[in-house]
Formats: sequence, C-alpha cells, structure tokens
Amino acid sequence: MRVQEKIIEGLLWLSAAITILITVSIIWVLLSESIKFFSEVSIVRFLTEKEWTPLFAEKKFGIMPLVAGTFLTTAIAIAVALPIGLTIAIYLNEYAHARFKTFIKPLLEVLATIPTVVYGFFALTVVTPFLQSFIPGLAGFNALSAGIVMGIMIIPMISSLSEDAISAVPRSLREAAYGMGSTRLQTAFGVMVPASSSGILVSIILAISRAVGETMIVAIAAGQQPRLTLNPLVPIETITTYIVQVSMGDVPHGSLEYRTIFAAGMTLFVFTFLLNNLSFWIKKKYQEKYD
Amino acid sequence: MTKKQSKLEAINLDAYYGDFQALKNINIAMEEKAVTAFIGPSGCGKSTFLRTFNRMNDYIDGFRTEGQILLDGRDIYADDVRVDELRKEVGMVFQKPNPFPKTIYENVVYGLKIQGIKDKKLLQETCEKSLQQAALWNEVKDKLDKSALALSGGQQQRLCIARALAIQPSVILMDEPASALDPISTAKIEDLIHELKKDYTIVIVTHNMQQAGRVSDHTAFFYMGELVEHAKTKTMFTSPKDTRTQNYITGRFG
Repeated sequence: MRVQEKIIEGLLWLSAAITILITVSIIWVLLSESIKFFSEVSIVRFLTEKEWTPLFAEKKFGIMPLVAGTFLTTAIAIAVALPIGLTIAIYLNEYAHARFKTFIKPLLEVLATIPTVVYGFFALTVVTPFLQSFIPGLAGFNALSAGIVMGIMIIPMISSLSEDAISAVPRSLREAAYGMGSTRLQTAFGVMVPASSSGILVSIILAISRAVGETMIVAIAAGQQPRLTLNPLVPIETITTYIVQVSMGDVPHGSLEYRTIFAAGMTLFVFTFLLNNLSFWIKKKYQEKYD
Repeated sequence: MTKKQSKLEAINLDAYYGDFQALKNINIAMEEKAVTAFIGPSGCGKSTFLRTFNRMNDYIDGFRTEGQILLDGRDIYADDVRVDELRKEVGMVFQKPNPFPKTIYENVVYGLKIQGIKDKKLLQETCEKSLQQAALWNEVKDKLDKSALALSGGQQQRLCIARALAIQPSVILMDEPASALDPISTAKIEDLIHELKKDYTIVIVTHNMQQAGRVSDHTAFFYMGELVEHAKTKTMFTSPKDTRTQNYITGRFG
C-alpha cells in the first residue's frame, strides 16, 4: 500500500516536473539564441533602428516596425472586441432571461473554436473585399481587416470573462442599486461594471495577450511588409508573421538571419509575459474585496 | 377618533414562485407614519410580501402576483407604473449591509445623482442631513471621502439607511435590518426606527420577537403564506386571537 502511494506520488511529481522542465528549456533556447544574436547586433540598434530588413542585402535590424505592426493589429482587435464583448456581458447579466443565457453562452464560445486559419482566409477573401467597396485605398493585405477579424475571434474571451466578473458581484449590491430606484442601465454602468472593473480589466489584458501572440490571421491577411506605420490600410508585418516567414523559408540554420527569429520571439515573449503577470497581479490585488 | 389614511394596502394578494404559492390571499392595510412589523417562521412569506411593496421580486424568474398592492390608493402593479419611480417612493434597507464600493459621500448621494442632480451644494446638504437623520454624521463627518467598506457593520447599515433617506421616500422597507449586527448596533438601529417613524411609514421584517415588541405599533403574523393575525403590537403580544400566533410568540415553534 505504502509503495503504491509512493509510486503515485512520484508520477504526479514527475508530470509537474516535466512541464516545468519544458518551459525552462523553451526559455533557455530563446535566451541562448537571442544572446548569440545580440552579440552580433547591439540591443540599441535592435530597439532604435527604424527598418527591419534582415533578409535583404543591406541588413537593418530594427524591431520597431514589427512591434508597430503587432501593436496596430492588436489595437484594432481590442477596439472591436471590447465594446462588443462588454455589451454582451452586460446584456447577459442584466437583461437576458436565465434560459436564454444558457442557450446563448455556448453559442458564443463557438466563435473561439473556429480554427484561426479559417478566420485568416475569411479576413482575406471576405472582409477585405467588403471593406474595399467603401475604402478605395485599402490594400489587398492590410492591418485593418486582419485586426477586425482578430477582434471577432477574441469577443468570446472578453464577453465570457467579463460576464464571470460581473456575475461574481454580490446580488446584494445589485439589489441596493435597484432599491434606490436605478434603472437597469444605471445599475449596469453605475454599480455592476465599476464593482467588477478588476475582472473586466483582466479579461482585456488576457485578450491583448492573445491578440499579440495571434499568428495565422495576420500571416494570411495582413501582409509581410515590415513597416513603421500606424496606417491600417497598408500591408504590414507582425512579430509572429515574421517568425513564420523565416521558419518556413530557406534561411540556413545557425546564421544571423536565422537567429533574428529568436530575438523576435524573445520580444514577443517579454510582452505576453508582462501582460499575463499584470493580469495575475490585478486579480490578486482586487480579489475578495467584498468578503 | 379620526381614522388615519392607510398608506399601504394589499387586496386579495397571491404570489407565486413558478408553481409554488408563497402568499395566499393577503389582505392588510397599514397606517401612515407608523411601524408595522412582519413576524413568522422562516419561509412563511413575510420577506416575499415585504418585497412586493417595491417590486423587488420582479427580477426573479417565474415570480408573479395576483391581486393588488396599493400605495396611497394607487395600484403599484398597474401597467403604467415605472418601477424605478416607485422605488424612489418606497426605499429599502436589506438584511446584510450593502453599501456600494464607493466613498461614504458617493453612497449617500447615489440616489440623487442617478436622478441627474448635479448641484454640489444641494448634494452636500442632503448628504449631511441624511447622515444626521441616520445618526451617523458625528462618526463619519471627517471621512466622507473614505471608502464605505471601511466602516463597521453597524455603521454600514446606518449608511444604507442614510442612503435610502437621501431620496426622501415616504415608505421605508426593512428586511431584518439588524439580524447581522451586534446588540449595541442593533439598539442604535432600533432607536433610529423610533425617530424615523415621525416622518416615514416603516415596514420591518424581523425574526426577533422582542424587537418587534420594542419597535412596532402594529404586528402581522405570517404562517405558511397566510396572514394569520394583524393587530396592535401590544394586543397581539398580550392576547393573541389565533392559537398559531400564540404558539409562535410563546416560542412553541418557529
């Protein structure tokens, strides 16, 4: 009996250990290759140069165009997902009947189960032509339609997490608001949303983190032209797209060009790591405020 | 002796949660500027009944009423009644203190702000007056900009009363307002009820028979969804007419 317990305990420990080991090795690979990259290209050059052309004859290693592309598509995605997602969350909480809610919530989650590659060609073949019909200057590859479609993809993330946050607000607080003669709208925006703001903020940060790391949609629909711009109508390139481009191309292993993807990957990792930690910190700081 | 006008009245009121009938043919009239206590064992329908006066049950799926509730002779379940307007007339204090996670000041003026009142002087005056009425002013006047959640339970409950008073309702419903509080805070709330009945019609639900005896002018005893007896508190506690009332107030069940 005791031996059996020991074996089971050992197996449990092992699975935890393997997970951590894999994470550590990923970071190690990223870090060691990045260090080799930064021994050839100074970090100042990496952060300040305004062009990213490692695959050209005249090489420039400024990450900013890729960061700008990532920022642009992410900003557009959040601009689409936040108002829609939050409206859905408030509607489900304050207005919808319980039966309607149990029916509509899983339906929304379906949005999150569509493969991102499908979203990608939806952006390229449906949204872009549609937008071109009233934005004449819109290029075939652009940040706008990729961002909008990415926004649609992350709606359920924001609506679902925000809905959880709002419904975690004690019922007594909603009753207090109604008891004072608040309308549903006043209750929702004056009491429920402020009381659940930390949870809503966490949902936004996780959505940003997801949008920053999103690859397929932008690789298909946003183009492959690193460009330091905030114009959503022209082709751009995100960090993730660049990594795909190089991984699938014929860049020789071990070369400087090859190592650029680790530097780019490191940049991406730093962003998402910071965002996730921020959300974790907010959650911890504001949790159980009402107990 | 002139008969006082009845402020609140229920006529043949039935209430249902889905198939379950929570209130059975309730008929009662309550005087203006008096305290009426609802007593009865758990699940007897007294809280449900209290919540029909400001239609707080409206948001519960499957809840419906038949019959009438009259406020100043007007049916509050009529189609043309706006629930938010009704609740400005009929304020409510809940069992557990439920201040908003805002400052003390913001809590008190909340009801005025949602009515679109922006006049700073008026807001500040109302805030002071309401807190004084709720016997809380002296304890909080130096920390109006502090979070209401930092107050003690008893203070929070008086803040909730001040918040209800700020919009000048004519009726205040209290759903076991002192059951979550210590004896000293409870005594303060009871003193407050004595003061408030000069200007307000108060309906209070309580589990505490002594409390009903101390604070109310009239008492109504509910049992299994029925209104068993409604009389002057003194009469009810000294010579109850129904044996169920007698059994309950002498502590034989409930």
